[in-house]
Amino acid sequence: MLTLDGVSKVYKVGTFGGKELPAVRNVSFDVAAGEVVSLIGESGSGKTTVGKMILRLIGITDGRIDLDGNDISAIKGHDLKAYYRKVQGVFQDPFSSFNPMFKADHVLGMMRDEYFSGVPAADWASKVEASLEAVSLNPGQVLNKYPHQLSGGQLQRLLIARALLLDIEFLVADEIISMLDASTRIDVLNLLGELKARGLGILFITHDLSLGNYISEKTVILRRGAVVEMGATDKVFGTPLHPYTRLLIGSVPQLHKKWDEVEAELKTKGGERVRGCLFHEMYPRTREAVGPDGEAPTLAKAEDDHFVACFQLDSEGTC
Amino acid sequence: MSLQATDLRVYYRTLAGDVQALDGVTFGIADGEIMGLAGESGCGKSTLGNSLIRFDPRMRYIAGHVELDGVTLPISDTKAMDDFRFTGVSIIPQYAMSALNPTRKIGKMTEELLQSRGIDYHATIPELERRLDLVGLSRDVLSRYPIELSGGMKQRMVMVISTLLNPSLLIADEITSALDVSTQKAVAQALVSFRDHDFVKSMIVITHDVSILYQVADTITVMYAGKLAEKAPTDVIVGSPRHPYTQMLIASLPEVGVRYAEKHLTGIAGNPPALLDPPVGCRFRARCPLAFEKCVQEPPFIEIAPGHSVACWKAV
Repeated sequence: MLTLDGVSKVYKVGTFGGKELPAVRNVSFDVAAGEVVSLIGESGSGKTTVGKMILRLIGITDGRIDLDGNDISAIKGHDLKAYYRKVQGVFQDPFSSFNPMFKADHVLGMMRDEYFSGVPAADWASKVEASLEAVSLNPGQVLNKYPHQLSGGQLQRLLIARALLLDIEFLVADEIISMLDASTRIDVLNLLGELKARGLGILFITHDLSLGNYISEKTVILRRGAVVEMGATDKVFGTPLHPYTRLLIGSVPQLHKKWDEVEAELKTKGGERVRGCLFHEMYPRTREAVGPDGEAPTLAKAEDDHFVACFQLDSEGTC
Repeated sequence: MSLQATDLRVYYRTLAGDVQALDGVTFGIADGEIMGLAGESGCGKSTLGNSLIRFDPRMRYIAGHVELDGVTLPISDTKAMDDFRFTGVSIIPQYAMSALNPTRKIGKMTEELLQSRGIDYHATIPELERRLDLVGLSRDVLSRYPIELSGGMKQRMVMVISTLLNPSLLIADEITSALDVSTQKAVAQALVSFRDHDFVKSMIVITHDVSILYQVADTITVMYAGKLAEKAPTDVIVGSPRHPYTQMLIASLPEVGVRYAEKHLTGIAGNPPALLDPPVGCRFRARCPLAFEKCVQEPPFIEIAPGHSVACWKAV
């Protein structure tokens, strides 16, 4: 449904935009309807930039993003509104997404002014009720309240309900769980699961590997703007191949396994797969992480549904 | 016993009344123990940490007695606590990243801090450098400004400064929450090595992330709505918790290394009660699936096995 093909983004920084900061480099993946793809990376890896490009909040420097085969960067004027009927985003901090001067359901009212100005009040009320129900919110508890009267989980669900008012096809969920408490975050995650079952495509942007592992079918690991490993979630998490992915998985605090055990396990697991670095085969003389023209290692297929940008050169993981 | 707190009650005065953030908490920490403190936001875990060093002057100490290595801590007296801060009790505050003075080089700032305690900076430099090596920071950070350091580096720098005078008790408040996974691991392991090197005798590690506590803590204490719900050795809390709140909290955590094809985890319905006017009886009653008539009485926090205390009628 949504396809990213060789997408790059370069920010102009410094005085008069004199310096260039490449934030996203040559990223390609796709999200099908009824699928959750998690985009995992550390801070500064460019994961939010990818989400912003999909939402047309910033321009694309290179490459193209297609929704159902149509290039989204070509959409202009009135068509953009039609695009936002299909694609919506929810962001990290529910407390700053709301204007504290207005009641929380003001976001729903703005939606009505913008998209449903002809809808009679009674129809609108039932529409709101239906979308609140879809996110398991009780209308009496959230309507007519100010943001400070609601909890983070309620606000975050209200924002998802706002997006659902427009029969959307694609949702960009950028770190929507991070600010929530452990007891409520799983409910919001399960809500994403239900939306997926209704046929929505969801890009789940997170830095938390355990959340990505729980919800998504596909995982894309970003590092410094480039994809280092991607594929089916159970394959990426089950047999991580790239040294960076292994580092990440080895660092996640787990509840039933200490860090030492995980490290020992990672050392043995996938060890027999090491076949030398495909990138180095292309450029046998480089010992650096980039090619002679500064290009990054290209993604190579390791097995079905599993792509890696680099194979370890030896079992120690040194490159 | 390194620290013994008895019936600690700390309220915040607001216009609407007293917020009973910490309501009768009794616990002890053994020498060399790393105690993890977990719970949802607003359950009083930061208040507990801050009250031991009197970090926030808005706190009203209603009752309670705290002893550190056999000496009573004057926790209700801001001035008298000065003798203990940094040397007896030290804290790595939440958002330690913004705790460094942006207008001072880090070495200069450390010098001023040490001077305020009447200690010669230059005599301390070898020890300071040894500890920088230990947490993996290069020695020239001392001649840099905080803005030149990344978040994880700042966090480790604050750790080194907080523990420089070998305090008996270190309180680490949410120090890993804002960090990436790989930095998180380095910071958490540095905490453990501080204990192993005897820089600090005992530690309270406050976090909402139970899986971090599983990695570093010896015992875990779970708080709910200003009271202790359960305290036990780490393996017991994670493996066989007795309080329904702990059980539900642990069960709601997704993990790496488990496949969730059709399996669904569930959260805890409802919200913690407001502490302005907390409910009588067991405070978890409204959200608890096991609640029965007896829960209108407050359950005592009692030991059900050696080192394992629970406040729940069902566990008694």
